[in-house]
Amino acid sequence: MPAYTISVNGVARTVDVEPDTPLLWVLREELGLTGTKYGCGIGQCLSCAVHLDGEAVPSCLIRIDGVGDRRVVTIEGLSETPEERSHPVQRAWMLVDVPQCGWCQSGQIMTAAALLAKTPAPSDEQIDEAMSPVLCRCGTYARIRAAVHAAAEGGTP
Amino acid sequence: MSGRSLTRRHFLEVTGGAGAGLVLAFHLPGARRLAAATSEQPVLLNAWIRIGTDESVTFLVSESEMGQGVLTSMSMLLAEELSVDWSGVRAVHAPADRKAYGRQSTGGSTSVRTNYERLRVAGAAAREMLVSAAAAAWGLPAAECRAQQGRVVHGASGRSVTYGAVADAAAALEPPSDPALRPPSEFTLIGTRVPRIDTPPKVDGAAAFGLDVSMPGMLTALVARPPAFGGSVKRFDPGPALAVPGVRRVVEIPAGVVVAADSFWSAKKGRDALDVEWEPGPLGPLSDERIREICREKAGEGRTARDDGDVEAALASAATRLEAVYEVPYLAHATMEPMNCTADVRPDGCDIWTGTQAQTSAQDIASEITGLPVERIRVRTMMLGGGFGRRSRNDFVREAVHASKALGAPVKVVFTREDDMRAGSYRPVAWNQLSAGLDEAGRPIAWEHRIASPSILRDLGARLENGIDATAVESAGNLPYAIPNLRVTYADPELPVPVHFWRSVGNSQNVYVTECFLDELAEAAAADPVEFRVGLLAEHPRRVRALRRAAETAGWGRALPAGHGLGCAVSECFGSVIAQVAEVAVADDGSVRVPRVVCAVDCGSVVNPDTIEAQMESGVVYALSATLFGKISIADGGAVEGNFDDHPILRFRDMPRVETVIIAEGDPIGGIGELGVPALAPAVCNAVFAATGRRVRRLPIGQVAIPG
Repeated sequence: MPAYTISVNGVARTVDVEPDTPLLWVLREELGLTGTKYGCGIGQCLSCAVHLDGEAVPSCLIRIDGVGDRRVVTIEGLSETPEERSHPVQRAWMLVDVPQCGWCQSGQIMTAAALLAKTPAPSDEQIDEAMSPVLCRCGTYARIRAAVHAAAEGGTP
Repeated sequence: MSGRSLTRRHFLEVTGGAGAGLVLAFHLPGARRLAAATSEQPVLLNAWIRIGTDESVTFLVSESEMGQGVLTSMSMLLAEELSVDWSGVRAVHAPADRKAYGRQSTGGSTSVRTNYERLRVAGAAAREMLVSAAAAAWGLPAAECRAQQGRVVHGASGRSVTYGAVADAAAALEPPSDPALRPPSEFTLIGTRVPRIDTPPKVDGAAAFGLDVSMPGMLTALVARPPAFGGSVKRFDPGPALAVPGVRRVVEIPAGVVVAADSFWSAKKGRDALDVEWEPGPLGPLSDERIREICREKAGEGRTARDDGDVEAALASAATRLEAVYEVPYLAHATMEPMNCTADVRPDGCDIWTGTQAQTSAQDIASEITGLPVERIRVRTMMLGGGFGRRSRNDFVREAVHASKALGAPVKVVFTREDDMRAGSYRPVAWNQLSAGLDEAGRPIAWEHRIASPSILRDLGARLENGIDATAVESAGNLPYAIPNLRVTYADPELPVPVHFWRSVGNSQNVYVTECFLDELAEAAAADPVEFRVGLLAEHPRRVRALRRAAETAGWGRALPAGHGLGCAVSECFGSVIAQVAEVAVADDGSVRVPRVVCAVDCGSVVNPDTIEAQMESGVVYALSATLFGKISIADGGAVEGNFDDHPILRFRDMPRVETVIIAEGDPIGGIGELGVPALAPAVCNAVFAATGRRVRRLPIGQVAIPG
């Protein structure tokens, strides 16, 4: 199997996998980064969202041979100090107590973080646009909206 | 081989030491992380409470966390009585252990109801043991000492000692038989908005779910299952699958053909390549149309679940008669984490890692397959990426145990989204034939409800008492409205499509059917839907109170924009009462939007108001997806929908504003995990009627046909 070297959370990682292996399964199974979740495999739910050069994308649709030198960031690498969960979106998520079952939350957080990086004070319409691709079955949408606004204001509700 | 076994044993020791389940990072900021393997064993004071010499307090929760907040609520009950600093508390899933916990099954909105006393007693008993141990060490009477936030203190002398220092001595004491519980007036946790204990690991990816399990030597397997329900393998050739790089083994198990590989992707490609032919299901090319016919025919042959007065005579004498048929489809649970289970079957024992709602049933299943006694079946409950009833089925446990037994290695069976959606275990279809009669004053005098719906209990192997599945008639057989002549019948069309508990079970369809048909009666009586209900609920003051609160909060009767309507429904289930008022907006093209839902919830007493609000938001979203789009279609004997492209669920932009009013007037504590679901569909459909004059008698709504 061919070897691929990709940048994940700022570290160069080399994996030996088939060229069509989705980035999602490389992260989860080869690199042990299980915070990125599988939900549909067809880009419909975004539970698997990661940042690729800062854009939130479904990692289930990105083949390993197409990653190239783009920078991959996962939920494990979102905060500068991961043990403190210091990213404003994570802090806001804890303040609002967003998660229920939690399965979709990495995808929600990565998508919200990408939105706020580009649009620091999004309107409700901009939040609708950015967050609607990410499915949640538990009904955390209302709290996500509150948390995105809180994060935009620096992590306070 | 021996090398691998050693590694596996080491893995088990590190992750499953002291019967504690996996040592996962469910800790709050500021709390110290317990090392995976401590040199000094923490002390188990009873089945729920473990205190470390490092002062760590760990609660072992025997219920499954699937988003409903059970790790938090159970810990609140324990911590309230134990008297510990909440910020230092950790909670983990308890191992399966029926001697310690009884039957472990999380469902029926029972966790808080069952444990409200039991866990407070456990907390209080542990507290008294710690106090006694400290008092004995000091040579002082226990009555002069008290527990305070993780310490035992003796006020008069100013002496104090930590729980961790006396935990060993306390554990040696006989537990008190009747420990003193705190009076509710002294509660500092129960009734307050305690933050969820599992939020931190769910915002940084650390929370470990079933699908995240990995261990040395483990194979990842996909199962090729028959496309038709009740079908079976006719023949298969493992060759093409084995030719895929990374595929290791291909074996048949009762559920189908297992393709086991080094990775998910190899297993998937191997299964795609598998050469297999299938036998059809027992009813041949079963379809939605055929299922409707079978149900319609069966409805006339139902067994009587309730028969008050003389329905025939009352219908014959009625001034106004109404007839309607209401239909609901099969529904998938569609948890965001697809089903999965990891099993390791060895000659001396079997280990299982999975997100299950039914731990002791998982033990029974594995025991039956392996021939091992249940004490040798260790079940570790992982976080559940949604449950909604689906994860009590344990079909995934059965498959993983069979696969590991056949392959002689640890195996993780993974369902793809399509596997999950098409695996059955659906909320059953139901065909409902309704007749009612009103007298000249518009009072209902007769109500007949004939239900045909496949039986969940029969599907699970239970024998139906008098031919009636109690879960299929809940909220129909016990219709609360004062109607003197009332009959409810039930028939079980025995179809090969597996059916299972789906959040709120029979209430999920019967509250829709009865609350919508009652709305039709109100219309025929030219009465206001809220007042019409209230007039028939003299014996049910809690329902009346909830209805009034919901109506008042929603502004019932106010002027609305064109195309908007308000609808109400009320339901009593799981020991609680809920009334909901939905506002809908129907566009010119007939598409339905729901901008707002008010929930008035009477659950007797409150453990955590924030959890109640979250569960109402959750129930509303879950039920709204079902009401607007939810449906599993059957064609050629199998399920049609497979993924979120052809089976949509509600998206962010369509989330209604959910407002929850909590009523807690001291009635016995009720459940809340399923409560938000049953009344939502009828509230929405009644609102669609208010907006358009069109009744919705078949779900999902899809588009409403706009008249003219």
